Amino acid sequence: MEEQTQTSGSLYLPRMAEILQTRRLTEKENLFTLRLERGQSLAQHPGQFVEVSLFGIGEAPISVSSSPTRNGTFELCVRAVGDVTNAMHQMGVGEWLGIRGPFGHGFPVEKMRGKDLLFAAGGLGLAPLRSLIQFVLDERESFGRVIFLYGSRNPSELLFREELDEWAHRNDIEFHLTVDRAGPEWTGHVGVITTLFPGVAVNPRSTVAVTCGPPIMYRFVLIELLAKGIPESQVYLSLERRMKCGVGKCGHCQINGVYCCQEGPVFSYAQIKGLKEAIG
Amino acid sequence: MALWILSKKKTADWAQRLMANYEVVGPVAKDGAFVFAPLRRPEELRLDYPITLQSPKAYFLPPEETLLRFRRGAPPEAEPVHQERRRVLFGVHPCDINATWLLDLAFSQDTLDTPYMERRERALIVGLDCLTPCDEHSFCKSMGSLEVTGGYDIFLTDLGEVYAAEAGTEAGQKLLEQYAEITPASAEDTARLNTVLSEKWTRFTRKLSLEPEDLAEMLEQTYDNPLWEELAKKCLGCGSCNLVCPTCYCFDVQDRMKLNLQEGDRRRLWDGCMLKDFTRVASGEVFREHRSGRLRHRFYRKGKYMYEDYGRFGCVGCGRCVRACLVKIDPVEVFNTLDASCKV
Repeated sequence: MEEQTQTSGSLYLPRMAEILQTRRLTEKENLFTLRLERGQSLAQHPGQFVEVSLFGIGEAPISVSSSPTRNGTFELCVRAVGDVTNAMHQMGVGEWLGIRGPFGHGFPVEKMRGKDLLFAAGGLGLAPLRSLIQFVLDERESFGRVIFLYGSRNPSELLFREELDEWAHRNDIEFHLTVDRAGPEWTGHVGVITTLFPGVAVNPRSTVAVTCGPPIMYRFVLIELLAKGIPESQVYLSLERRMKCGVGKCGHCQINGVYCCQEGPVFSYAQIKGLKEAIG
Repeated sequence: MALWILSKKKTADWAQRLMANYEVVGPVAKDGAFVFAPLRRPEELRLDYPITLQSPKAYFLPPEETLLRFRRGAPPEAEPVHQERRRVLFGVHPCDINATWLLDLAFSQDTLDTPYMERRERALIVGLDCLTPCDEHSFCKSMGSLEVTGGYDIFLTDLGEVYAAEAGTEAGQKLLEQYAEITPASAEDTARLNTVLSEKWTRFTRKLSLEPEDLAEMLEQTYDNPLWEELAKKCLGCGSCNLVCPTCYCFDVQDRMKLNLQEGDRRRLWDGCMLKDFTRVASGEVFREHRSGRLRHRFYRKGKYMYEDYGRFGCVGCGRCVRACLVKIDPVEVFNTLDASCKV
């Protein structure tokens, strides 16, 4: 799949998109289903992001949560945390917003074909990973084992509960869920995501690991993944930064000398291990 | 390209004729200093200026500019704002020509930044050579930017009563032929120009202790140097260095609504990597929290990252940052101190 950035017209002119559906996922996160004007396809690559425009409020970089294999519409999982995202949560079906992108490099799906996949998502980190998981499930026969680890702070913050339920019941996904804290009604695993790793055996050379979560999680998850012997070039992570332009100009997302919006947001560990600003 | 001779006394006439068809921006005196400003009268032009407070970057990347105008609705409407104004930037020194060259690369590599490129493509640059250093802070020769190998349409050199004018582009040649009173340079003029040019170099003495090509490797070795922490204790984190730097181009994007709450515009504004909020994300996390890290990032951009991305230095040695700095953080001292620590 050829990755492209939007170059026609003004670099900063968004395309318009209509909200077709909103779904409440948690107290703080909504899932928006959007369609571009004139039925255009977003043609995103799993792991890429868009700049969402709310005219009068501003722009915010948001990763795309749906796979290009599910065409015609796309989905954004949005936490109400800043100006744009809080205003977005006030919007409903039939309202419109602007979209620039998709931008950046997503997950290298071609390199992943035929490999076992180990996903490790923490909290909102599931949002960008879901685009790849959907892609993999839609072409399930092209991939080996699918091992899915997901950690959330507590049960009420779990995203995509219906899909989690579906994935948990599939026999072609090895599904592991944990929460940091839970009340007595929770019958599942309790503990941070790293406590799931001892229960997972992988063939390191044939495994590609993909992780996304808060910066603090990376420090510990990376140790686990590398300890399993997975090569650094086969460990991928998606980094969060404040991309204002999305095209390597504005400077905000730079990690040492690397523009996260262009070379990322998905990087292999081999790519970023020399970048001291990458995961702190 | 051809070399021409232009009387200094006729420079104002040249500018006046240009003003009929262009906005002519040049160095003018303001409050005891010099700034690039649109000429209201040709005699305001002060080609004897040492250095301006700001480089001419504001004429390609204004401190604040409108990118789009929009109207809310279902669907909303948005229109880009196009730049039509034709400009002549008059009397641009070699440091600023080299800095503009870098900006051109930054705004055209990989993706064309439409607002910048529209302004840039409609602008002509009349360069003016420096025969003496502007003051004790400049180290342009050391950064290789006292020399210009392109990036101008016309380049002037002061030969006393006259300027030698070299056309660097076809457009520059036309600007001379159509608007200026010029005569072809004689063999004598050319010889005089060569003498003037060969004599200027020894006057520029302030320099780095290393070649600029070696800055990237030197910086690579000094990432954890204690100097960054020492400087951070002095640095006020005010971002003045970002503002006056001719190669700083980072920007923020903001929306403004009209009072009818239906229409508005999206603007971009200069931003600076020395400001703490520069790397803040919505969750509150700041990815370059410590001032030492922000200082290091700025110097790395100038000496290493831009060089690696664009093949040109992010510092042109103009000295504006130290002149503007309230605590006098001096790039020559910073680079030389780091370099010395590598040689111990």
